[in-house]
Amino acid sequence: MIRVQQEDFDPGAELEQLHGKLRAGAGAVVSFTGLVRDLNEGADVTGMTLEHYPGMTEKALAAIATEATSRWKLIDAVIIHRVGPLEPNDRIVLVIAASAHRRDAFQACEFMIDTLKTKAPFWKKETTSQGSRWVTTNR
Amino acid sequence: MIQLHYFASLRERLGISDESISLPDDVDTIAGLQQWLQERGEPWSGALADERLLVAVNHELAKHSSGVRDGDEIAWFPPVTGG
Repeated sequence: MIRVQQEDFDPGAELEQLHGKLRAGAGAVVSFTGLVRDLNEGADVTGMTLEHYPGMTEKALAAIATEATSRWKLIDAVIIHRVGPLEPNDRIVLVIAASAHRRDAFQACEFMIDTLKTKAPFWKKETTSQGSRWVTTNR
Repeated sequence: MIQLHYFASLRERLGISDESISLPDDVDTIAGLQQWLQERGEPWSGALADERLLVAVNHELAKHSSGVRDGDEIAWFPPVTGG
C-alpha cells in the first residue's frame, strides 16, 4: 500500500490496520518512521518543504515495494510519505514490512527506506536561521 | 508535442516548472533533446550542464542515451532527497 499525502499519519493506526489484514502465517512486522531533524550540516533547521513529482512518485514507491516483495518473502508492504510544509520532529515517512519471519521483514524494511532515498522523486528545501536552501546530500 | 518538467532547485534556476514543445525533427534521444534545450542559451545552457541532474521519461528514470518520442513526458531534476 502506497500513499503520498500532505497530512500527518498515525503509525500506530497504520500498524493496527495492517495487523487486521494479516492471517496466521505472518510472524513479523517491522516498521520505520522517519522524522524531521532540527539540525543539518551545522545549521538550525526551523522547517522544510518537501516537493515531489506527482505521478512519478507513486509509481516509484510502488516499484520499490514490488521489488522488496520479490526479493524477500513479504506478506505485505506499506510506504507512506508526506509532502508540503513540515516542522522539526514531524513524521516524514513510514515504511512497514510484514513477513513470516523477522529477517525478511527487517531486511525488506531497510531496503525500502534506503532505496526510497535514492530513487523516489522527493526534494527537501530547508528553512534555517540563515535563509532557505535545497538539501543536496541525503543521509 | 512533448511535455517537459523541471523540479526543485532546477525549477527555481530556470524560472519555470513545465512547458510543452514540439519534438524537434532531428532529436530522438535525451542527450539530443538536452543539447537542443541548451542551445536556447541561458539559463538552459548552464542549468542543464549540471552532470548530477537526473532525467525521467514517462515517470521512469532514464539515461542520456534513452529514446524520446512524440507524446513523451520528460523531467529533469537534481538528486532526490526524500525519506
